[in-house]
Amino acid sequence: MLYLTKIKKSFDEPGGGKLPILDIPDFRLDKGEQMALVGRSGCGKSTLLYVVSGISRPDSGGVKVGEWDITLFTEAECDRFRAEHIGYVFQTFNLLSGFSALENVMLGMRFARKRIRKDRAKHLLDRVGLSHRMTHRPSQMSVGEQQRVSVARALANAPNLLLADEPTANVDSGHQQQVVDLLRDTCREEEVSLIVVTHTPEVAEQFERIDNLEHINRAVEIK
Amino acid sequence: MSLWKIAWRSIQQRALASALTAFDMGLGVALVVSVIVIHNVIDQSFRRGSQGYDMIVGAKGGKLQLVLNTVFHMSEPIENIPYSYYREFTDGRFANAVEAAIPVCMGHAYKDCQVVATTPNMFEDLTYMGDQQYEFADGENFRMDEPFTAVIGSVASKRTGLGVGSTFRPVHPGSVEAIGQNGNTGNATGDNNHHQPIKIVGVLKHTGTPNDGAIFMNMEGFFRFPCHSGGPASTENFMSKRKVDDKFQKKKYETADAHKNTPVNTIMPDLGEHAYGPGGNVHHYETADKDKEITAILICTDMSKPKLAMVLPDVVNGEEVAQAVMPTRVITELFDGIVGNVQLLLLILAVLVVVVAGVGILVSIYNSMSDRRHEIAVMRALGASRVTVGTIILLESIMLSLGGGLFGLAVGHALVGVLAPTIAEQTGVIVGAFQFQWQELILIPGLLVLATLVGYLPAMSAYSTDVAKSLAAGQ
Repeated sequence: MLYLTKIKKSFDEPGGGKLPILDIPDFRLDKGEQMALVGRSGCGKSTLLYVVSGISRPDSGGVKVGEWDITLFTEAECDRFRAEHIGYVFQTFNLLSGFSALENVMLGMRFARKRIRKDRAKHLLDRVGLSHRMTHRPSQMSVGEQQRVSVARALANAPNLLLADEPTANVDSGHQQQVVDLLRDTCREEEVSLIVVTHTPEVAEQFERIDNLEHINRAVEIK
Repeated sequence: MSLWKIAWRSIQQRALASALTAFDMGLGVALVVSVIVIHNVIDQSFRRGSQGYDMIVGAKGGKLQLVLNTVFHMSEPIENIPYSYYREFTDGRFANAVEAAIPVCMGHAYKDCQVVATTPNMFEDLTYMGDQQYEFADGENFRMDEPFTAVIGSVASKRTGLGVGSTFRPVHPGSVEAIGQNGNTGNATGDNNHHQPIKIVGVLKHTGTPNDGAIFMNMEGFFRFPCHSGGPASTENFMSKRKVDDKFQKKKYETADAHKNTPVNTIMPDLGEHAYGPGGNVHHYETADKDKEITAILICTDMSKPKLAMVLPDVVNGEEVAQAVMPTRVITELFDGIVGNVQLLLLILAVLVVVVAGVGILVSIYNSMSDRRHEIAVMRALGASRVTVGTIILLESIMLSLGGGLFGLAVGHALVGVLAPTIAEQTGVIVGAFQFQWQELILIPGLLVLATLVGYLPAMSAYSTDVAKSLAAGQ
C-alpha cells in the first residue's frame, strides 16, 4: 500500500548548508494495516507525514501509494491525489471555524472534485456519534467532538491511507481512548491503512506495529 | 459546496471588517451613480429646452447668452431687436422659410421666476420634447384680446403660489419691487410697482423643460406697460435701443441689395422681390409696431423647404440687425466644451473614490492573510490546489466589490429618489429612483475588473502559502 524507498529530506539552514531531516532507506505499510509511529520531538515524524501525503517533496527517493509514485506527480496532481486518496487528522483538529460540522466534512469532498455526497458526510458524522451536532460550528463543540469531526472529514473521500498526527495530544485522557478506538474502528471498517504519530505510550501500545522513527531514520543519527 | 460559499463563509468570519470594506465601496459607487444621474439631469435640462424650435433670432452679441436667456430663462438679455424685424418672419422677407415665429420679450420677473412676454402661439405652434403639445393642467391659454393675462409653468406655479385667477405684478429683476417680492425689503404685494396686475388664466402641465419655471404673459399687455410704450416711465433697459432700430431700417435694405446677386436669391426664389422689393420699402407697419422691441424670436423653420431653411441663418447673420443661432448647436458646444468637461472631472473623481475603496478591499483582505494562512494551509492539506485557494480569495474580493457596488447602486438611486422632488422643482427634469442610465451597466464589469485587480495580490499570497510551515505554525 505505502512504500518509501531511499527517502531523503533536508531543510535549508539560516547560515547556509542543509540540515538533514529524513533519511529512510525503506518503509512499508500494507493495505488496511494500522501502526503507531513514535519518536522524540524533532526526529522528523511530521515531516515524514508531509512527505507521504505529498505536502512536502523529498529531496530524493520514491513515495509509492498504491500503484502511484507521487514524487512523479506535478504539484496540482499531488494535491488532487491527496484529496482523493489520503486522509489527514491534525493534532489541533484544524476544523475551519466558519463552517458547520457537516460543511467541514463536505469541504474535503469539494477539493477532491468528486460528487459531494451529503449522505456520506452525514453517515460519517453519525458514525463518530455526532448526528446531533451536524449544524454546529467548531466553537460550539467540545474538544473531543471537534476531533471526531476531523476524523469524519479525513474519511470523507474514502481514502486508502489515513495519517493522524498526534490526534490525542489535545484531548483529555478520558477521551483519548475514544479517539483511538474511533480511528482504528472506522479505518478497519473502511479498509483504510492508518499511521498514527503519537508521544503517548498508552496509545502506541494498542497497535500491533509500533515503529520508532529514530531507529529507521538515519538522519537522526547524523544530527 | 461551491467555492463561492467557501469565500462567503470567509467573509462572514470577518463580518465587521468585510461590512465596513463593502460599505466603503458602496459609498464610492453611490457617488458614481449620483454623478451619472446628475450628468443626465444636466444633459436633459440643457437639451430638452431647445426642442420645438430650431433657431433663435436675437440681438447681435454672445450666442451663448442669447440661448441661455431665451431657452433657459437665465442670464440677462443681450439687447432688443425691432418688432418690425419679427414681422419679416411672419409676413415679410423670411416668411416663406419659416413655419412658426414666436416673439419673446424678457427682462421681467416675479419672485425669481422669469416673466416672458409672448403670443398665444407659443403654446399652439410649438411643441416640446419632440412632438408633444403643451397642455394645461388648469385653465387655458391666454388670448391676444386680453392683454393683461398670462399662463404659468407648473414649477413656477408651485414656487410662486400663483394659480388660475391669481394676479401678479411683474418687476424688473434687481429693482426695489423685486427685492420686496423676495421678502427682503418693501412689501410683497408690489404696491410700489408701476405695472398693471396680470391675471393668470392657465397653468401648464409639467413639461420637464425650463418653461416649467417661467410665467408667460401676453405680449400686448407687456407693450402697454408704461416702461415699454415710449411713455414717461420708459426705462433705459427697454427703449434705449432705438438706434438699433434706426440702423436696422438703414442697413436692412443695403444688405438686401448686397444679397440680390448672391446664391441666396437663387436658392430662395420665393423670397425674390418679396424679400428685397423695389425701393427696399416692402412693409409699412403701424407706428406703434415701429416703437416696439422684442428680445428674441423663436423660429421653427419650414422643413418642407430645406434649402430656404439652411440659408436663412446666413441671411440673418449677414445683416447687422440680428443674429441667428441654432440652440442645439450652442448647447452641444457648451455641454461638450465646458459642462461636459466638468462632469468628466467629477466622474473621474468619483471613479478614483471607487478605486480607493478597491484598495481598501485589497488592504483588508491582505491584512487578513496572516491570520488566514493556517486556514489556507489546512485547505491545501485537504487537497485544495494553489489555484483553488487563490480563486477563493479572488471570489472574496469580487463578492465584497459587487456587494458594496450593489449597495452603492441602491443608495445612489435611493438618494436620487429622495432628491427627485427638489431636482424637478429646480431643473424641471423628472427623475425617478428606478431610472437607470446605460452608463451604470459599465459599473458591474468595471467592479469585476477592479475586484480581480485588488484581489490578485492577496490571492497570490494565498497561492504561495507554504503549507508545511503554516501547519507547523498552527500546531
